[in-house]
Amino acid sequence: MKPILEIHNLAKKYRIHHQHGGYLSLRERMISALRFEKKNTEDFWALNNVSFIVSPGDSIGIIGQNGAGKSTLLKILSRITPPTRGRIITRGRIASLLEVGTGFHPELTGRENIFFNGSLLGMKRKEIQSKFDEIVDFSGTEKFLDTPLKHYSSGMQLRLAFSVSAFLEPEILIIDEVLAVGDAEFQKKCLAKMEDVSNSGRTILFVSHNLDAVEKLCKTSILLSKGNLIDHGPSSEIIGIYLSDAEDVVFRKVNLTPAVSLEEFSFSETSLTTGDPLKFSLRIIKNQEQEFRLNDLCLLFYNYKKQRVAIFDLRNFFEYFQRDQDTLAYTGTIRNFNLIEGIYAVGLFYGFNDIHGDVYDLIRIQVKNEIDTSKVRPYDVQYRGFVELI
Amino acid sequence: MNEQGEYVVDADKRKLFDWKELWQYKELFYFFTWRDIKIKYKQTMLGFLWAVLQPLLMMIIFTLFFGRALKVPSQNLPYPVFVFSGLLLWNTFSTGLTNSANSMVNNAQIIKKIYFPRLIIPMSSILVALFDFFMAFILFVPLLLFYRQPVSWSALWSWPLALGISLTATLGPGSLLAALNVKYRDFRYVIPFLVQVLFFLTPVIYPISLLEHPSLKYVLVASPMYAAVELFRFPLTNVLPDMNFIFISIASGIVFLLAGLIYFKRTEDFFADFA
Repeated sequence: MKPILEIHNLAKKYRIHHQHGGYLSLRERMISALRFEKKNTEDFWALNNVSFIVSPGDSIGIIGQNGAGKSTLLKILSRITPPTRGRIITRGRIASLLEVGTGFHPELTGRENIFFNGSLLGMKRKEIQSKFDEIVDFSGTEKFLDTPLKHYSSGMQLRLAFSVSAFLEPEILIIDEVLAVGDAEFQKKCLAKMEDVSNSGRTILFVSHNLDAVEKLCKTSILLSKGNLIDHGPSSEIIGIYLSDAEDVVFRKVNLTPAVSLEEFSFSETSLTTGDPLKFSLRIIKNQEQEFRLNDLCLLFYNYKKQRVAIFDLRNFFEYFQRDQDTLAYTGTIRNFNLIEGIYAVGLFYGFNDIHGDVYDLIRIQVKNEIDTSKVRPYDVQYRGFVELI
Repeated sequence: MNEQGEYVVDADKRKLFDWKELWQYKELFYFFTWRDIKIKYKQTMLGFLWAVLQPLLMMIIFTLFFGRALKVPSQNLPYPVFVFSGLLLWNTFSTGLTNSANSMVNNAQIIKKIYFPRLIIPMSSILVALFDFFMAFILFVPLLLFYRQPVSWSALWSWPLALGISLTATLGPGSLLAALNVKYRDFRYVIPFLVQVLFFLTPVIYPISLLEHPSLKYVLVASPMYAAVELFRFPLTNVLPDMNFIFISIASGIVFLLAGLIYFKRTEDFFADFA
C-alpha cells in the first residue's frame, strides 16, 4: 500500500530580524535603505532535512523540546506556511487542529460559531448540519446554543470548540497540543474520542507534551531536536530517549489557558545533590480583563521513564488576580530535596476557574548523588513534599 | 485538499493562481461573508439602519453645501438624486477598500492556524460592502419616486455593469493594501487618507464637465471608480459619457486588479510568518 503521507528533506528557514518584532514598518525599511545599512538579519533553520513516511492508519507522535521544530512541521503539513526546501506528498484529505475554536467570535451565538468554525476546519455545510446534534450533545451546551459566545465560561467555550473538532472526518488528522485543557472529565472524553478516531483507521499526527497521551495514542513517535529528526521508532523507546537526553531545556513562555500564561519558571540550580534545598520561582500573567481564580498549582517531577516521582502541592494559595493586577509571582524552597541521581523533567499542574491542565517538561534538573543509592527507599505513598514559600 | 489522488507541496514549484481550489472553498467564502455581516450588525445598536442612514445624511449635507450653497451643476438631475447615485457606489468602494485592506490583519489569528486560499478574506470583506449597497439601494428607490426622476431601461445593463466595475475596482487596490498591510503596518494609516483623496478625484459630488482643463480630466478618469459612477448615472441622465474616458477608467481598474492579485498571491504564502 502506498504511504498516505511522504515527507522528503523538508526544511524551513526563518529570517530573524533583530531590532523589531515579526513585521516591519515601511519607515524603518526606508531609513535603513537610505543609510545603506547592512540588513541586520540572521537565518534560522527551524527544520532541517526532515524525512519520514506515514502509512495509512498509523498514529504518529511528534515529541521534542520547545523550539525543536514540532510546530513548524505541523504548520508546513497543514499548508499554513510553505517549506523552504523539500517535498510533501499527501494522499488523502488533511485536517489540522493547531488550536481549538479558531475563528470563534464572542458576538456570535454557539450555533453560529459551530457553523463558522466547522467550515474553517474544512467541513461542508451539509456535513455540519448532519452532525450538528452530535456536536452539541458532546459539548453539553444545548441550553446556550442561541446565547452569544461572550456569555459562555471559558470552560464551556473550550468544550464547544473541541466538540466541533472532534467530528472532523479527514483521512489525516494533525493535532497540536489541544488536549491539555478542559476539566478532567472532559479531558478523558477527548482522549477517548481521539482513541476512537485512531481505531477507526484514520491517520493521526499528534504533537504533545503529554507523553502519557502520546504513548497511549501513538504506536510510533518521532523525536525532533533543533530542527533535526533524531529518531523514529516505537513510542515508548522514543520517549525514553527523549527523557534521558541530558541537554538543558530552555524555558519558554507557555500559554496555560488562552488568557493566562506562565512567563517565568526557574530553579536556582539546574544541577544539585540529593538532599539539597531547591529554590524555585514562577510568574503567571493574565492577558485578559476577566477575573481569574487560581485553584490548583502543583510542581510535577518526572524521571526518565516519564514516571511521575514527586508532586509538590502549592494549592494553599487560592488566589485571585486582582482587578488591576496581572501578575502572580511565587518563589519558594523545597527543603531536603530527596530525589536520587538522574535527570528529571519538571512540569506543572494548574487550575484556573474551570480549566485544568498539565504542562510537561518545562525545565529539567539534574540530581547528583554522593550516597549509595541502592539503600534509598522510595517514600511511602502518603508522603507529600513540603514547600516553604518565601 | 483533494478528495482522491495526490497532493504535492513542493518548495520549488508553486502555482500563482489556483482558481479550481478557490472554487472548492466557495462555502467557506460564503461563511466568511455571512459571519462579517452578522458581526457588523450585531455590534451596532441601530443595526441595518446604519447602512441606510449614512448615505442619507451624507446626501443631505452635500445637497446643502454643494447643491444649494455652491450651486454645483448636476447634469440636469435634482442634486440629491445626483449625489446619492454617486454615493451608492462610492460607499461600496470606500467601505470595501477599507474592509479588505484591514481584513488580513484582522484575521491574523485564523491565518496562523488554518489553511485556505487567503484571497477569500479580502474578497468576502468586499461582499460585506455589497450588502450595504443593497441596503442603501432600498432608500434610492423612494428618492427617485419623490423627485419623479425617470429611469431609462438601460438601467438593466448599466447598473449591474457599474456595480461589477466597482467591485473589481475595489478588489485590486483592496488585495494590494491587504497584503502590504500584513508586511508593513504603516499602511493602516495610509488607507483613510487614500480614500479621502480618491473621493475628491471621483465625480461623486460634482460632474466631470465642471473641469475645464482637459489634462486634469485624464487624471480623473484614470480612477477605476470613474466608469462605475458614470455608467450608474447613465439611465438617469440619458447622456452617454465619453466612451474613451470609460475605457481608460476600466483599463486602469484591470491594471490595479492584476497588480493587486499578483502581489497578494506572491506574498500570501508568507502571511502566517509575518502576521
